[in-house]
Amino acid sequence: MSQHFLTVENLKKVYPSANGTPNPPVFEDINFHIDKGEFVCIIGHSGCGKTTILNVLAGLEEASAGNAFMDSREVKGPSLDRGVVFQSHALMPWMSVLGNVAFGVKSKWPDWSKDKIAEHAGKYLEMVGLGHAIHKKPAELSGGMKQRVGIARAFAIQPKMLLLDEPFGALDALTRGTIQDELLKIVQATHQTVFMITHDVDEAILLADKIMLMSNGPHAKIAEIVEVTMPRNRTRAGIHHDPQYYKIRNHLVDFLVNRSKTYAGVDAEMFHDPKNPPLVRPGLEGDPAQVVALPAEKPAPLLKQVVNH
Amino acid sequence: MVSKFTLKAAFISLMMLLVFLGAWHLATQPKESTAAIGGDAEYAALMGKGEQKTGFPTPAMVGQSFVTYLSDPFYDKGPNDKGIGIQIAYSLGRVALGFLLATLIALPVGFVIGMSPLLYRAFDPFIQVLKPISPLAWMPLALYSLKDSDISGIFVIFICSIWPMLLNTAFGVASVRRDWINVARTLEVNPLRKAFMVVLPAAAPTILTGMRISMGIAWLVIVAAEMLVGGTGIGYFVWNEWNNLALPNVIFAVAMIGVVGMFLDLLFGWLQKLVTYRE
Repeated sequence: MSQHFLTVENLKKVYPSANGTPNPPVFEDINFHIDKGEFVCIIGHSGCGKTTILNVLAGLEEASAGNAFMDSREVKGPSLDRGVVFQSHALMPWMSVLGNVAFGVKSKWPDWSKDKIAEHAGKYLEMVGLGHAIHKKPAELSGGMKQRVGIARAFAIQPKMLLLDEPFGALDALTRGTIQDELLKIVQATHQTVFMITHDVDEAILLADKIMLMSNGPHAKIAEIVEVTMPRNRTRAGIHHDPQYYKIRNHLVDFLVNRSKTYAGVDAEMFHDPKNPPLVRPGLEGDPAQVVALPAEKPAPLLKQVVNH
Repeated sequence: MVSKFTLKAAFISLMMLLVFLGAWHLATQPKESTAAIGGDAEYAALMGKGEQKTGFPTPAMVGQSFVTYLSDPFYDKGPNDKGIGIQIAYSLGRVALGFLLATLIALPVGFVIGMSPLLYRAFDPFIQVLKPISPLAWMPLALYSLKDSDISGIFVIFICSIWPMLLNTAFGVASVRRDWINVARTLEVNPLRKAFMVVLPAAAPTILTGMRISMGIAWLVIVAAEMLVGGTGIGYFVWNEWNNLALPNVIFAVAMIGVVGMFLDLLFGWLQKLVTYRE
């Protein structure tokens, strides 16, 4: 087994079609690994199977082929070792905010006393800035606050790994910004291992150590893994002053706009080895203009940027 | 503070009631018979003519019944003469018992069926065939096999209230939001805790709707069932007064059936409100 904390090998998912003819796999040959304490984002267009990959890691869905291992144990079925924050917050509307978090805490530590559970849950709600609203019902909260409760619930069970399925997708930009800051703070303080889906390039750069770029589905693959080489003590206010920021951002946007298609389907880029997707560090590149200026129709020189690992 | 709107509505309701009572009063006034003029009044009376009542009671007569029965609702003067309160209590007792039995079976079975798509499909044909059967159609079978009219009445209530509860429970459980189930799964919640902490509260509004429908049907059916089996209850009271040709009492009883039914519905509406959650 590998020495990595989480290893994913040759993951593939085929959904059965309605009329019996075999569907093309949504994704295939997905290989990656995450080390302890790493924050990994995954970016790709809709339909490339990001959520399915996350569900497989969460144990909520089964892959058609391939394996995932966490802490040298195969991921089979859901586990309290992996906390999930759902896109739609998934709070139980009949429980109070505290009740929702306490429900998770009680699941993890069934022997704890009521007081201890409430105290523990309260601590995590305090952490996401909801200490004043613990007795409210979810319906009385704004979208951003609901998602905070979802984050508190996931953190409160102290999972070995956190899986975030586009947690800020439904929030407005301002709310999103403040919650990103909070998440950043908490993650920096707890050194939590995180796997997160996002559509937001800036969010990924702000939060992640590594960003996995997925090509379009069907037959989606991991095209590249972008290492965010900026120092870890980033802030939302200061990050765009870093000279690396725009290089990385341009690289990501360029991928999403121009290059994600060239990996798709059977005519996918042949130089690409999905078992060992190239690790790139655009932040350390000399001239970012070169990447941006690539004409769209020309297949991108994919291996140009590869840094061996 | 009662709103102006409510007051207006109440005023219109009151007017409608008065118009109705007035029309009723006018329609049931005794008429002067043409045959009575110049003829033999006694002969006319024998022929069913002459000054006579139309037969249908006037509002005043029915009002008299209301006063008589409601002033002493709990007297008991033997098997054929009991106060209206006692009769209604008998009916409510039967409904409660039959309904309780139905709940005890419908909720767990509905829960299991709702959890398993396979069982849902397997049970479906039976439910679809049994559901539309008039509960009274079971009466002969019940009387034959249970050999007791009282228990048969309860059985009929049981069989009519079980279906809406069963179907609504199964449907409510089957359509619990996937997200909530997934939360419970990722938290490794054990099945029993999941059932009581997640599925039951999530499905509770739908289940209560089923119970409300069941209670409505049960109250409809008990009257008919008691007319058949006799002895006690509001249905028997109606039948008994009909045999006495005491129509004012029949009308009074009909009104009481409506009022009790309304309160039962209000009770379940209130319970429904208790378990409904806002998202």
